[in-house]
Amino acid sequence: MYSTKLRSLSLATLLTLGGAFLLAAYYAPVEADQGFSQKIFYVHVPMAIVALGGFVWGGIQGLLFLRTRDPKHDLRSYVAIHMSVILGIGVLLTGGLWARAAWGVWFEWREATLVSFLIVFLLYCTYQPLRFSILDPEKQSRYAAVFAVTAGAFVPLNFMAVRLANPFIHPRVLNNTTGGALPVDMKIPFYLALVGMTLLFVTLYRLEMTHKLTRGRVKGLERRLERLQGERDEASIPARSAAPQVLA
Amino acid sequence: MTGRPPTPSPPRVTSTRTAVGALLRKELLLERRVPQVLPAMALFSVVTFVVFRFALDTTSVEGDTASGVLWVTLLFAAMLGAGRLFVADHEEGGIEALLLAPVDRTALLLAKATTFFAFLAFVELIAVPAFAILLLEPGLSLGDVGRLALILALADFGIAVIGTLFGALAIQTRARDLILPLMALPLLVPVVISAAKATAPVLAATGAGAVPGRYLAVLGLYDLVFGLLAYAVFDYLLDD
Amino acid sequence: MTPLASVHFPDGSGYVLAAYLVFFLLLLIYLGITAYRLLGLERRLGDLTRQLDEAEAKSALDGASAPAPAAAAVPAPDEVPR
Repeated sequence: MYSTKLRSLSLATLLTLGGAFLLAAYYAPVEADQGFSQKIFYVHVPMAIVALGGFVWGGIQGLLFLRTRDPKHDLRSYVAIHMSVILGIGVLLTGGLWARAAWGVWFEWREATLVSFLIVFLLYCTYQPLRFSILDPEKQSRYAAVFAVTAGAFVPLNFMAVRLANPFIHPRVLNNTTGGALPVDMKIPFYLALVGMTLLFVTLYRLEMTHKLTRGRVKGLERRLERLQGERDEASIPARSAAPQVLA
Repeated sequence: MTGRPPTPSPPRVTSTRTAVGALLRKELLLERRVPQVLPAMALFSVVTFVVFRFALDTTSVEGDTASGVLWVTLLFAAMLGAGRLFVADHEEGGIEALLLAPVDRTALLLAKATTFFAFLAFVELIAVPAFAILLLEPGLSLGDVGRLALILALADFGIAVIGTLFGALAIQTRARDLILPLMALPLLVPVVISAAKATAPVLAATGAGAVPGRYLAVLGLYDLVFGLLAYAVFDYLLDD
Repeated sequence: MTPLASVHFPDGSGYVLAAYLVFFLLLLIYLGITAYRLLGLERRLGDLTRQLDEAEAKSALDGASAPAPAAAAVPAPDEVPR
């Protein structure tokens, strides 16, 4: 049911993200202070923004799950956080490369945004192990949702606290990350990349959801067939993944 | 024995305040009868100071380092305590018993968080003087103690809330002692940042400086946000 | 053909290249894993189809000798009951 949507989504992702990266390479000017290495900005910052948005979205879906107890929301929360953690790896790696290129270090503690992201990333790394270590599926969803809600609220608070810990202004360009101070020929590729990255997130999110739902259906069919054949194997194989099991 | 049929009485609902009081008394009585968590936390703090003395290879600390040593020690001692907070209830079915009783479930959160706050305060009553004697260079004046107490109280509130919420979460997992610090430590980083920054001038060798108000504000905001959040979501952890 | 050395690479281009490469590699790895999991699903669906075929063949075979009960005992999920 998702396939047509997925096809147009992937196409849109490819066009916007590809276009944004081409614009970043050829149209955007070389930044005066940092030189060519500032181009990492167009992949690193959109990725970070989308990952954080995914974490918050996971928290919202967790809240909806707690209110409605609809497994659909649990699946959404899980998939959003899962994708954001994957993007988070990319954010930290590209951030490290940028820090190395710009300041000669692999990690810059005075860069509040990068530090905050690391803390948030480390927190969300425990989401999967938490799910894995709760056996009862209903309890698993509920506890994971509580985690998602708390961690989602933590994201903005953490950014504020870390920023306060760095009262002095780091003499560099990254203060432009909000986009406010960006010249217009940097703004266009940046916002296009942000749109592209969001589309990429949505595409992968839907792909993952489709996969999980399909797997649930296959599992349901397997169970039905087993029942019909009278092979009442009570000791069914436990789920290998911590992913929410939505049985169609 | 009268043969009268039982008169239908209105369902008895214990008020949250009574329930919190009863639960709190139970926790404190348990700890007084069989002291388990408090001695461990206090001993852990003192041992950690000794470890820092050799790990840092210094006989005295002040300012930023002193504040860091104090907060790392208190935080890890708190993790030790948070892991034990729900163990007795989990093993002996105390939570199930509470769910059967006609009390507001938030009472458990309030009682546990208050208990944990009291534990933290008690441990600090031992750990902070020990720290002042063992490691702190200029010592603490009476004014310093007052300012430190304010910071400790604000930080303890946040630690107590997070410790209670995530202690309740972790108790249901198979790897509870493993996963609790992994979840709670990143969440408590803002507390550590603000508390350590606020404590550093108090412990400075050059005489206590003023406590920067904005760090206290961040601590207060953190307490408020997570206090309300824990109040909102704690029920869902008990719904079995 | 220009020799590679004569092409002008600005400073820091290695890091920029590495950063974009990290992004694409991550995407590739994720898609690879998804494709691998899809193969597993495909295999399971194949198994299901095969089992269903066997069951159908069996019920058809039994149906020749003893018509009604055997067919009722093993109905395939999408089979219309006779």
